Amino acid sequence: MLKATIEGIGRRTIQGIWRIGFATRFFLLVLFNSGTAFRRIGLTIREIYFTGVLSLIIILVSGLFVGMVLGLQGYETLQTYGSEEALGVLVALSLVRELGPVVAALLFASRAGSAITAEIGLMKATEQLSAMEMMAVNPIARVVAPRFWAGVISMPFLAALFSAMGIFGGYLVGVVLIGVDEGSFWSQMKNAVEFEQDVLNGIIKSVVFGIAITAIALFEGYDAPPTAEGVSGATTRTVVTSSLAVLALDFVLTAFMFRGIS
Amino acid sequence: MNKTVLDFWVGVFVIAGMGAVLFLALKVGSMNVVKTSSSYEITAKFDNVGGLKVRAPVKSAGVVVGRVTDIQFDGEAFEAIVTLRIDNRYAFPKDTLAAIMTSGLLGEQYLGLDAGGDSEMLKDQDKIFLTQSAVVLENLIGQFLYGKAQEGVSE
Repeated sequence: MLKATIEGIGRRTIQGIWRIGFATRFFLLVLFNSGTAFRRIGLTIREIYFTGVLSLIIILVSGLFVGMVLGLQGYETLQTYGSEEALGVLVALSLVRELGPVVAALLFASRAGSAITAEIGLMKATEQLSAMEMMAVNPIARVVAPRFWAGVISMPFLAALFSAMGIFGGYLVGVVLIGVDEGSFWSQMKNAVEFEQDVLNGIIKSVVFGIAITAIALFEGYDAPPTAEGVSGATTRTVVTSSLAVLALDFVLTAFMFRGIS
Repeated sequence: MNKTVLDFWVGVFVIAGMGAVLFLALKVGSMNVVKTSSSYEITAKFDNVGGLKVRAPVKSAGVVVGRVTDIQFDGEAFEAIVTLRIDNRYAFPKDTLAAIMTSGLLGEQYLGLDAGGDSEMLKDQDKIFLTQSAVVLENLIGQFLYGKAQEGVSE
């Protein structure tokens, strides 16, 4: 009993280390085989359509609602201190710095990341990847790398759209519905938000999240056991792992970026 | 290479994304107007900077003319050395008074510049000699109480 437990822990640890090593090798392989993704840009554009454009609706609608909720809640709190003009600052800063990149990345992980894993896992299960290798087509260059770059390119755009939509939602609730002064809403926002400190850091965050999510999704798909159960397990792992990775990375990046500001 | 419907939608996506970034840059955030190339640096010594922080605005007549870029402690004179960058468009006389003020009762602290009457203007790396420290509430209360006590003695 005890022996079996210890053996189990040992096996899992060794497997975990093996997986990390394989994931690193896989990630480097994708980077080295990225040439095709840019030489045959059509492949990447096709993937941008599937990961980016098709995620637009969920991103825009969620952004709008997150902004509207921020507007309502922020107004409630700020009103107590008689500073409801600062609503624009609150909505814009929280969206641009944190919520935009993070929530967009979480949605992207569940909307596009899971799809990537399922697609590649199924390709592997039906031996399409092996068939490509037979025909001397490198599946990493032909299938994996375009999806990787499509995710990395789509993510910052999606995050920026999320933030813009959220600010519009906050404007709708704060100014149109509740009646906060429009001029001070925008001008205070403009005073408080700085391009380099806030907007650019948010974009850098979303690029990092894009890299993390697509790398995890692709690896899980490529590593999935070639069974129905294996693919479904890999899809679940993609969403869980990439969401946790996004939150952990966000903490690290925030600690680096915004330490000097208070 | 044929143009496809996919290309169109990806184009729409990219343009919308760029538009969002532009919106965030111009309408939501202020692109840093005071660039390092078109500004000059000035230092000022203060007995006490209070709650002044790096990146706090430098205002003259209520208008933002620059930013605080650095705050250091001078271990020899036991004073705070504040470095500020001022937009090249604005020149200030040599005898300008730099004072640390608070916007509103609980607002952020900023550096106020009161122009003097000197005909010579401040240049890059110059020092401001006339400074007024931040008002520390505890000292103010202390002075008030001391004054009250003095009144009681003289009566």
